[in-house]
Amino acid sequence: MSRIGVFICHCGENISATVDVARVAKAASEIEGVVHSVDYKYMCSDPGQSLIKQAIKEKGLTGVVVGSCSPRMHEPTFRRACSEAGLNPFLCEMANLREHCSWVHEKNEATTEKAIDLIRMMVEKVKLNQPLREIKVPVTKTALVIGGGIAGIQTSLDIANTGHQVILIEKEPSIGGHMSQLSETFPTLDCSQCILTPRMVEVAQHPNITLYTYAELESVSGFIGNFKAKIRKKAKSVDEKLCTGCGLCTTKCPNKKIPNEFNEGLGLRTAIYVPFPQAVPNKPVIDKKNCTYYQKGKCKVCEKFCPTKAIQYDQPDEILEVEVGAIILATGFTVKKVDFFPEYGYGKYPDVITGLQFERLASASGPTLGEIRRPSDGKIPEKIVFVACAGSRDPAKGIPYCSKICCMYTAKHAMLYQHKVHEGKSYVFYMDIRAAGKNYDEFVRRAIEEDHVNYIRGRVSRIYEKDGKYIVKGADTLLGGRPVEIEADMVVLATAGVSNEGAEELAQKLHVSYDPYKFFAEAHPKLKPIETNTAGIFLTGACQSPKDIPETVGMASGAAAKVAALFSKDEMTREPLIAVVNRQAPPLFSTCVGCFLCQTACPYQAIEREEIRDRSGKLIKTVAKVNPGLCQGCGTCVAFCRSKSIDIQGFSNEQMYSEVMALLND
Amino acid sequence: MMEIHTTDKPQGLGSALKQQTDVDLQKCYQCGKCSAGCPLSSEMDYAPNYIMRMIQTGDSELEEKALRSLTIWLCLSCEMCYSRCPQSIDIPKVMDFLREKSLQKKMTNPEAKKIIAFHKSFLKSIEKTGRLNELDLIIDYKTRVFDLLQDVSLAPTMLAKGKLPLLPEKIKDRKGISSIFLKTSKNNSK
Amino acid sequence: MVLGFYPGCSLKGSSREYTESVIAITRKFEIELKEIPDWNCCGATAAHNLNKELSLALPARILALAEKEGMKEILIPCAACYSRLATAQYELNKDPELKEKVIKIIGMPYSGDMVLLNVIQMLDKYITPNLEEKIIEPYLHKVACYYGCLLVRPYNILKFDREEDPQSMDILVKKLGAEPIDWAFKTECCGGGLSISRTSTVGRLSGEIIRDARDRKAEAIIVACPMCHTNLDMRRPEINNYLGAKVSIPVLYITEVLGLALGIDRKSLGLERHFVKVTN
Repeated sequence: MSRIGVFICHCGENISATVDVARVAKAASEIEGVVHSVDYKYMCSDPGQSLIKQAIKEKGLTGVVVGSCSPRMHEPTFRRACSEAGLNPFLCEMANLREHCSWVHEKNEATTEKAIDLIRMMVEKVKLNQPLREIKVPVTKTALVIGGGIAGIQTSLDIANTGHQVILIEKEPSIGGHMSQLSETFPTLDCSQCILTPRMVEVAQHPNITLYTYAELESVSGFIGNFKAKIRKKAKSVDEKLCTGCGLCTTKCPNKKIPNEFNEGLGLRTAIYVPFPQAVPNKPVIDKKNCTYYQKGKCKVCEKFCPTKAIQYDQPDEILEVEVGAIILATGFTVKKVDFFPEYGYGKYPDVITGLQFERLASASGPTLGEIRRPSDGKIPEKIVFVACAGSRDPAKGIPYCSKICCMYTAKHAMLYQHKVHEGKSYVFYMDIRAAGKNYDEFVRRAIEEDHVNYIRGRVSRIYEKDGKYIVKGADTLLGGRPVEIEADMVVLATAGVSNEGAEELAQKLHVSYDPYKFFAEAHPKLKPIETNTAGIFLTGACQSPKDIPETVGMASGAAAKVAALFSKDEMTREPLIAVVNRQAPPLFSTCVGCFLCQTACPYQAIEREEIRDRSGKLIKTVAKVNPGLCQGCGTCVAFCRSKSIDIQGFSNEQMYSEVMALLND
Repeated sequence: MMEIHTTDKPQGLGSALKQQTDVDLQKCYQCGKCSAGCPLSSEMDYAPNYIMRMIQTGDSELEEKALRSLTIWLCLSCEMCYSRCPQSIDIPKVMDFLREKSLQKKMTNPEAKKIIAFHKSFLKSIEKTGRLNELDLIIDYKTRVFDLLQDVSLAPTMLAKGKLPLLPEKIKDRKGISSIFLKTSKNNSK
Repeated sequence: MVLGFYPGCSLKGSSREYTESVIAITRKFEIELKEIPDWNCCGATAAHNLNKELSLALPARILALAEKEGMKEILIPCAACYSRLATAQYELNKDPELKEKVIKIIGMPYSGDMVLLNVIQMLDKYITPNLEEKIIEPYLHKVACYYGCLLVRPYNILKFDREEDPQSMDILVKKLGAEPIDWAFKTECCGGGLSISRTSTVGRLSGEIIRDARDRKAEAIIVACPMCHTNLDMRRPEINNYLGAKVSIPVLYITEVLGLALGIDRKSLGLERHFVKVTN
């Protein structure tokens, strides 16, 4: 015998301004099975919730329908209220009279009729609701952090400091990421490596952090609290336990002409190399693609000279299997290279470089030891042009968004140049100045007012080379679009920040969504920038979208907090609104015939095979079984099942039909 | 007091532009890349991006300035601006539109007289015979601009090199051509 | 084989050598060029500057005539005519209402699926595959390939070569033994239709082109457009005036260069019609 209580919310005026709530409550009271029906101004408030609790106790309600806002807002609120009053929370449902009714229609008869229909549908459904219990899933309290830049470093340290284990993997031979390539950071002009390397060392020495460099994620399976990840430790060809980091091999290697990635292609390195002097770990790796031994079978000079016999040419890749409870993506971003720009020379001019390449020139550990010199002839440029918005905010080039950090780093670059080349003249072509952080605008004003950088508002149409100089054709839109032509010695393009190569592949491995630009997608752009739509996988740093260091560090700590929350309990609870394959008495055991179409259909790999055996162990039949930890309750399997053996708890076929019939039987 | 309507919807000339050419000037964010790359911008009275801005405002005084500019007649439709515009705005199409409007409203820049005269002479020659006769073109042009000495020195060389046919080539279906001219007549081309 | 041919007005008059060289080449490769019967002027710059509908109707008539003749493909050596015909075809295909309107104006059926070939496309399609063995005298010179505006822009209509630093002509002349230089004015406007009405501007714009070619030691400038040729060749006195120096770099059509490499005689190629002398 159903005893349903109906509670219609005014939601202030959000519902009552368009829907005649009193009438809806009256109509609800006339439905068979409804024993209590009221309307109230704010159901989600304390007194509102008390109304529900009281009614449950006084009238012995077997089900509750709250006609109010979207369940996304207050379902937990009302379910908790019911639970506190002793009613199973899954016997409480909400009819959305706001987002589905009052907010999308005009005030008239039809709108109120619709509200009444919505209530009636939900009442019929609730009559068929079963009490359900939340599912408990154990949690492995180890976090996997993918990416060892500042984002990965910060989040690893924060999680490790809560006492939990962290596995940090980085695909380059050293951690540090792009921040380790920077010379000085805005707005303080702090030396980037000086503030970063202490953290890098902390990561290496932290007892709770296991660091694997030159390693990538091979595959992952499982679900939140219970991931199984395979990590590929690429062969470094060096035994880390024996290597002391003396660096002798890197001085003896005869293959010295490989473009240096850390220096963004400016400058060279050897085949056995350490990416930069402050690398962590400070142990070399052999670049097999460019090593004479691996390509041609000759050389072996490094082995000859190594004092500890640490070189191991036959070292294989190693696959490590780990169990973790949470995964954090901190894979960062990259910048477009100069060859992306047809009108700036398709990359054929050596002195037209990216902002990141300029960082390497300005850096004391860079190819020119911190002097700004032209890559073509090593001369110091007397006139330098900085082009902001190179590729960004350019729908014609497929990058409509703003890369956020370029206005600031361009001002920084111009300032660094003026500090290093006192008599030099610098020009910045810009569209807008985006300096929204703390002390940011003051920083840009300093560049203009104290360091005498020339700012011209207009985009650069073309750059070409003539007699060793670069003709930059821009315009001054603040002077009506007057053309401005500069003969520069060097041009720095603030190229667009884009997602890393391999980001799409990684996202697909993890079943994480991404946007058209292959930046990983957050669960909600405003309120959930760190979670993804895949439970247990979090984002931090520039892999979500271009951002500066303070934002990255803040976000990294935020991700650590999310993980700490996840690890704070030994068990996780999940909503039980999942699919279940029916079980019957023997000899049927289940109407499931074992066709496993559901397994093929399931987007979350949540369906397993279960063998039903008799007491002697003989196999009777193999049926489908839903993994309660993975199932997201999407219902695809229910649609596929030909024998109607699988259904969603809380959203059964019966319940759905009853809602539809309630609507049709006026 | 000038009222500026910029980003709500196209006004005045801008809305006629959107209707007739489907170019939405509201997309122009005044980056200036068009003016930066335009080969003629150093000779123009208003840079291309400035012309776009004037039409964006929907202000009738500024629109008139745009129609009376030399810019729209100097523009050679070289398409450099269009190929580089980050918002893919078809500036040459806007220029064609402004040129037609400028003629319709009789607001052409006096300095553009020769350029417009040349175009008119060109079309007159085609209307007559279906194909351009360069001698006819030059003669008609000179009568419009009273510049009898223009390129006179070239004539003997051109003749000697066989590059100046004296007799016009007439197509057969001249009626078809004049019908086309009649049906599209806006009294501009005269 | 027979190929539809639209010469355009300048090829019949002031750029006669272009037609001569085109015909000489195609003849050598046994391609017969059939002029579209009773073709009219495409309207060039004048039509689209003054009257939009006229600028669409005139090319539409040409294409309709080609269709009537059963042609599927036409060669348009003049880059400006090529641009006008391609643009008209594109605009009309995009807007069915406009297409109907123009069909009524021209009074002829028109479907809009003609394949339009500019001179380089024609050469790449029909000539270069069989070129190597026929080269008699490689054109061993440093050349600046000048594409001008209308062969490569706008890309979304022409879909021919890349808009910045195009390479199709460079690749072609390399096959003829020439050394194409990398220079900065490949696609900068020469001054187009202002040749008569504002000659000083042509002097400046074409002057900058010649300056860059000269500074980078080009021995010849190769073009594929009669308007560009006229501005760079016939207007040389203005250019020299602007540069304050006499520059004698000749300007050749791509078909003339090809003809020389194939051993065709100078007269058939129309080389004597140039204003700036073409020495071998």
